Amino acid sequence: MTLDRRNFIKLLGGASSLALAACAGTGGSFSGPTGGRRVVVVGGGYGGTIAAKYIRMMDSSIEVVLIERNDHFVSCPFSNLYIGGLMKDLSPLTIKYDKLTANHGVKVLQAEVTGIDAAKKVVMTSSGEVTYDRLVLSPGIDFRTEEIKGYDAKSTPETIPHAWKAGPQTVLLRKQLEAMPAGGTVVLSIPLAPFRCPPGPYERTSMIAMFLKQHKPKSKIIVLDANPDIVSKAGLFKKGWKKHYEGIIDYRPAKKVTEVNAGNKTVVIEGIEDVKGDVINLIPPQRAGQIAVAAGLVGPDKNWCPVNPTTFESTIHKSIHVIGDACVAGAMPKSGYSANSEAKACATNIVNAMNGKELIDFSGINTCYSFLSAKEAVEVTGVYKVDKAKNAIIAVPGSVGVSPDLSEIEAIYAESWLKNILTEMST
Amino acid sequence: MTMKWRGWALATGVLAISAMAQAAPPTAAMLSNACAGCHGTNGGSAGPSMPSLAGQSKEAIVDAMKKFKSGARPATVMGRLAKGFSDADFVAMGEYFSKQKLHPTNQSLDAAKIAKGASLQEANCGRCHIEDGKEGKDDTPAMASQWLPYLQIQMADYLSGKRKMPEKMEEKVKPMSKQDLDALLHFYASVK
Repeated sequence: MTLDRRNFIKLLGGASSLALAACAGTGGSFSGPTGGRRVVVVGGGYGGTIAAKYIRMMDSSIEVVLIERNDHFVSCPFSNLYIGGLMKDLSPLTIKYDKLTANHGVKVLQAEVTGIDAAKKVVMTSSGEVTYDRLVLSPGIDFRTEEIKGYDAKSTPETIPHAWKAGPQTVLLRKQLEAMPAGGTVVLSIPLAPFRCPPGPYERTSMIAMFLKQHKPKSKIIVLDANPDIVSKAGLFKKGWKKHYEGIIDYRPAKKVTEVNAGNKTVVIEGIEDVKGDVINLIPPQRAGQIAVAAGLVGPDKNWCPVNPTTFESTIHKSIHVIGDACVAGAMPKSGYSANSEAKACATNIVNAMNGKELIDFSGINTCYSFLSAKEAVEVTGVYKVDKAKNAIIAVPGSVGVSPDLSEIEAIYAESWLKNILTEMST
Repeated sequence: MTMKWRGWALATGVLAISAMAQAAPPTAAMLSNACAGCHGTNGGSAGPSMPSLAGQSKEAIVDAMKKFKSGARPATVMGRLAKGFSDADFVAMGEYFSKQKLHPTNQSLDAAKIAKGASLQEANCGRCHIEDGKEGKDDTPAMASQWLPYLQIQMADYLSGKRKMPEKMEEKVKPMSKQDLDALLHFYASVK
């Protein structure tokens, strides 16, 4: 489907009327003139925290306001280990923002963003307007729930969790697994790629299977994957499933869930085949976070935000940069480590642009671990750079690959990965 | 029917600035910042199995990266990641991390082992691991304040033959007991 000029203007119009409505609110402390040196960052996750911190580290004369609706952040990476019972609670995955303020002078505004006026360079929030010179959006993902018949964006996840944004949803899924009778069935539905964290659903499959093997004898997990095969680390997941979870995992490729019935815990494949479960973990198809969609920053696919591969500036609205899962970062996967790398390149080029200095081409890394059992993990890595002819981020040949096998040393490194990346985001 | 987004953006006149033409190649900071997700901001690791890169010499980092790239040094992710960079990139990263201050760590360590390790270090290792391991001769890596689990993983790789010891190191390490080596690692981890 093509987005023509008329539809595009309609989309923009929608965004600006949303903006106007929100303008009625009272002004916050960041509503005045910016002094030409204010960067506003929206979203306190893997991308936003790093962008805010690195801008301040590189140039402390730039004012940075980080807007986040929560007073903490819970990491999606490793949340599958909590679901599998390897963590007591979510505290090892939770960070706060106070040290970003104490150590780097990042001003944190806990507020809900209600709209963006790209022309006026204003972010509307539940605590008033915030003006900016440059805006960095790291809004993560939202769900295309309209593509699943019977899915109510508000009520369905209360009984059929997605658990694809870590926090209460993650806790709900584990509680449902704990409450499930032995001999029961878990149904996991995976949307068509691209989605946040390509190996994530398969790590979740492993962790749920591990939980069932230990705590719920004779139970099984049916995996309905809309994709023709496992999207990431396929060989390693198949090997691990055969080694540990034979007879527990029933993996069914090319099974796209199109309908859900929360009342009788059933999902429907392509409108015809019913699959029932005691616990259903339905991960809906995804798009950029609603903030970016409402601001008219998504491209003709209506899902993801096209950006300049050097600066991560939106190709639609000037002075707005989009990083992390929400943006189109070429060959880079939608992962936490990708967001970390993108944030640093974006920060570098915002600082350089504000200081009239030369822009620097992107160089970034992805490293992403998945657990197959309590002690074994696998990873995928890659180095990424800009291809000038293609005007896109590509993988450096030879750098992309996966672990040769399941291993305990990878699990040890994985835990240090988490510790380091969360420390970098929060100190 | 379908129109690529660039063409569409140009046609609708909403294309933002194009930075491509004038952007310079990645700087040492751009290359090195990408490592910090695992090795800590400015190369100061939060532990426990990731080494700090801050305060390493340029030579030590270039040597390590070349060995990762060739496969001479055993690795999980580092062998593949090293293939994504050129020798000139290694030099740039080496220079960048060598300028960062040594990252002091607070670890729970055994005081008796530290004391024993200190005398072993002086008698055996100090000619290459100079200044109590805060610095290294030529491409010898700095050891001070590295996380103990990282040091233990590396020593296990040396002892199993997976990682090859330099000749001079082998001469010193071979006669030592496991307890001696453990004490040495406790000592290096304790140095600030």
